Amino acid sequence: MSRLKILALLPLAVALSGCNYIVLAPAGDIAAQQRDLVIISTVLMLLIVVPVMALTVLFAWRYRQSNSSARYEPDWDHSTKLELVIWSAPLLIIVCLGALTWMGTHLLDPYRTLGRIHADRAIDQSKAPLEVDVVALDWKWLFIYPDYGIATVNDLAAPVDRPINFRITASSVMNSFYIPALAGQIYAMPGMETKLHAVVNHAGTYKGFSANYSGAGFSGMHFSFQGLDDKGFDAWVAQAKSAGGSLGRTEYLQLEKPSENEPVRRWGTVDSDLYRLILNMCVETGKMCQSEMMAIDAKGGNGHEGLNNTLPLSYDKYARRGSAFGPEPSFIAGTCTPDAPQGQTTAAIKAPLDPAPLVGAGLKRPTFAPLKSSSFFLGQRPKSDS
Amino acid sequence: MSPDLLKFIFGRLGFDSLPIHELILVGTFAVVALGGVTLLAGLTYFRLWGYLWREWFTTVDHKRIGIMYMILGIVMLLRGFADALMMRAQQAMAFGGSEGFLPAHHYDQVFTAHGVIMIFFVAMPLVTGLMNFVVPLQIGARDVSFPFLNNFSFWMTVGGAVLVMLSLFIGEFARTGWLAYPPLSNIGYSPDVGVDYYIWGLQVAGVGTTLSGINLICTIVKLRCPGMTMMRMPVFTWTSLCTNILIVASFPVLTVVLALLSLDRYVGTNFFTNDFGGSPMMYVNLIWIWGHPEVYILVLPAFGIFSEVTSTFSGKRLFGYTSMVYATVVITILSYLVWLHHFFTMGSGASVNSFFGITTMIISIPTGAKMFNWLFTMYRGRIRYELPMMWTIAFMLTFVLGGMTGVLLAVPPADFVLHNSLFLIAHFHNVIIGGVVFGAFAGINYWFPKAFGFRLDPFWGKCSFWFWVTGFYMAFMPLYVLGLMGVTRRLRVFDDPSLQIWFVIAAIGAGLVFLGILSMLMQFAVSFLKREQLKDVTGDPWDARTLEWATSSPPPDYNFAFTPVVHDNDAWWDMKKRGYQRPLTGFKPIHMPSSTGTGIILAGFATAMGFGLVWYMWWLAALSFIAMLAVGIGHTFNYHRDFDIPADDVIRTEDARTKLLAGAK
Repeated sequence: MSRLKILALLPLAVALSGCNYIVLAPAGDIAAQQRDLVIISTVLMLLIVVPVMALTVLFAWRYRQSNSSARYEPDWDHSTKLELVIWSAPLLIIVCLGALTWMGTHLLDPYRTLGRIHADRAIDQSKAPLEVDVVALDWKWLFIYPDYGIATVNDLAAPVDRPINFRITASSVMNSFYIPALAGQIYAMPGMETKLHAVVNHAGTYKGFSANYSGAGFSGMHFSFQGLDDKGFDAWVAQAKSAGGSLGRTEYLQLEKPSENEPVRRWGTVDSDLYRLILNMCVETGKMCQSEMMAIDAKGGNGHEGLNNTLPLSYDKYARRGSAFGPEPSFIAGTCTPDAPQGQTTAAIKAPLDPAPLVGAGLKRPTFAPLKSSSFFLGQRPKSDS
Repeated sequence: MSPDLLKFIFGRLGFDSLPIHELILVGTFAVVALGGVTLLAGLTYFRLWGYLWREWFTTVDHKRIGIMYMILGIVMLLRGFADALMMRAQQAMAFGGSEGFLPAHHYDQVFTAHGVIMIFFVAMPLVTGLMNFVVPLQIGARDVSFPFLNNFSFWMTVGGAVLVMLSLFIGEFARTGWLAYPPLSNIGYSPDVGVDYYIWGLQVAGVGTTLSGINLICTIVKLRCPGMTMMRMPVFTWTSLCTNILIVASFPVLTVVLALLSLDRYVGTNFFTNDFGGSPMMYVNLIWIWGHPEVYILVLPAFGIFSEVTSTFSGKRLFGYTSMVYATVVITILSYLVWLHHFFTMGSGASVNSFFGITTMIISIPTGAKMFNWLFTMYRGRIRYELPMMWTIAFMLTFVLGGMTGVLLAVPPADFVLHNSLFLIAHFHNVIIGGVVFGAFAGINYWFPKAFGFRLDPFWGKCSFWFWVTGFYMAFMPLYVLGLMGVTRRLRVFDDPSLQIWFVIAAIGAGLVFLGILSMLMQFAVSFLKREQLKDVTGDPWDARTLEWATSSPPPDYNFAFTPVVHDNDAWWDMKKRGYQRPLTGFKPIHMPSSTGTGIILAGFATAMGFGLVWYMWWLAALSFIAMLAVGIGHTFNYHRDFDIPADDVIRTEDARTKLLAGAK
């Protein structure tokens, strides 16, 4: 019998031995602290969960119908003392857990620069952090190392014990950038930038992937992350350098097209402005960068021309916006951008003669002047207008 | 015919929209078609159409509508669970270079459909069905406040389900995950009909849910029998009230956010696009402002069921009624303050994240208090282990685990490593199966004798119970483990062979759950065949405590010949204790609402409109919309909305019961 029992346990033993609980045994300090929080919170909650489960089993057994020796009090339904206990016990746990949460969330905020390399090692101020720009594409990861002028697809490496500053964005849909061994995940979203600060403490090769479903090729959207010693990292950079090739705007637009299960690729040089253009959704020539649009809007917008000037802004492009109703987007291609100071084309650019449209398409201004500083943006306005 | 005309008539629907190259779907279609034809032929042969139409489809009786909701939920459970089995099989197979048996195009629809169906068309109908059946009986009412609206709500829910089911055979379903986050769900990245089916399926069903919420709130607030003050309402009625308040306050948000998404998809607005100032994150916020209350919409009625069951089968008053009620109300309010915990990882600041993390944890305090209340209801009780009580014990042990992992996920730094992982999947199945599904099964076993006059067979019920419980643990504990190994959700293929064993265990667990579902169907069949043996003539088979057990099983159309008067929390228990004598004379005619076919007709047109909009058949959408308006307006001229059950009929029904009761003694 006992032999049979051991046999029955065999598959479990096999299963457990082959496991790699990476979330519980990470290689980076941030992930390790997150792991600690997972464990501390679990222990805190077990303080109340275990008694509840034990009591459930105990009461369920003791007060079964066939046990006539147990007390039976059909009308006992209230006890102020007991109610105080059952409300305050969970409350106490939550107070502790809440304090832990408040501290932990602030200390482990992915936007916060690192305060230490490891539990027992302070930051080495002489070493600059490694900057990495991450772009989630359909369905692969692009990593740009601005300090080294190299770029890779699906291959990330960092020297051990050197802080890494990730800036993260995406080209089309939402993904989540996650290397369990290194640090918790953060979403990669088009037109937006998220940040992650982390450090790897143990050399090795770890898995990274997208943790948010992003379409057909999602399953193959993973990469390897290597923690290397300084020498190894230099060799890795040199390898990328020697790969040659250059990642510029044209190459990026080619790369950005959906593809699945991409192999590792490397570029020896990379357009230093590329990441900014990706983030602002204006890699394609002729597109206006989001940052420019926002700057224009902050100054009151482009007036009537701005209303129709939509082509430089259209972005979601793979299937085109095939809406069933509504007009085709109309446009004037003639507004200048810093990339094309003379405008794209034909239409002569007329500076608006009347500044009124800039502040609301010629509407009467309210008689009071709530913001004195409006003259700062708009210049002196004629008196008749107010 | 000219292509223009064809395009006008069929929109984007063409022969290539039919998935004839997907063997699984063709097979499913064959089975469904065969089953459907057999069913229709059977109904015709036995001349049941007239009966069904008069007595069920057009009924405004809350009891029958409740039963129809339950049937809808169980039928859709089979579909949703078939999806689950396919996912488990795919993930258990797709290792070592194998692609499994589902291509991405199919697999991605399967997990989306599984989530949508299980939440909207299984859990919601089961919960709504139980509320519909039980609440009016518990408060001593003759029906809900708006009986016609109730029928209409039900058929709208069916309409939504029909649209989702149609997508299986005509076109395809969304490949976006069950909440359809843009930009992925926007027209630029999902140009085909899947997301449109999703939108219109949920919009049509959402109308039904919202109206049913309004209806039940009115019923609970206005139709309680004399003496039943708010603080004397049964706990199930209390949780139903809170749930319906949540429905009315949150479903409009879902309606609006889906309307905005459809504007983006249909007329080219830019609410949730990447460009033109659209904000996909706005969608994520809005959908979770609906989505988080939604989980409490599902679980609160389950809490109510457990309260009724624990107190009945422990033969004891519910411990801490007042704190139970306040706990429910607190949960209702707090459920609106936690939505951001679904996306801590989208880059909110630390203060925002910790605020939402801590509010989430605070919800566990009233929930914990509830748990203790059930525990101390059992304390010094006499617990009878009938099926409903077994489900309740299983719930208590399972739900605390799910609650614990939930609070863990509410700690933002912990969420950063566990978000979207299989740990999260295990967590929410732990609370939804352990809470809502076990609750629904406890409720079904508890109230079935009330609805049909005979109990459910305990043998097959116990088989179902043990298969479900062991199957659940086998299917989801491995997912907790996989989550800690950093495995994320919605993956179709894997390259790490060491993970396979866990997926195989999970698949076996799903197989056990499948046996549990089959046992449950068997339980229904066997109970029907053995209905004479399992018969209950007393109307109170469990020696229960609340008003629904005061009337016969099944209750007469009018529920109570005389409206009961309540003096205590456990009204029926109190009546039994005080030696209540059932009145035998003095019956009067009873004023009741009449059946109407308007609900099913309106919902039929709404479904057709949804179908037209999905396929760009504008003529169909427009005609259906006009027809809906016409029928709706026409219905306002229907003056035959009520009738009186003659006193003679009431006397006959009540005398029959008197004889039965005398026979039972």
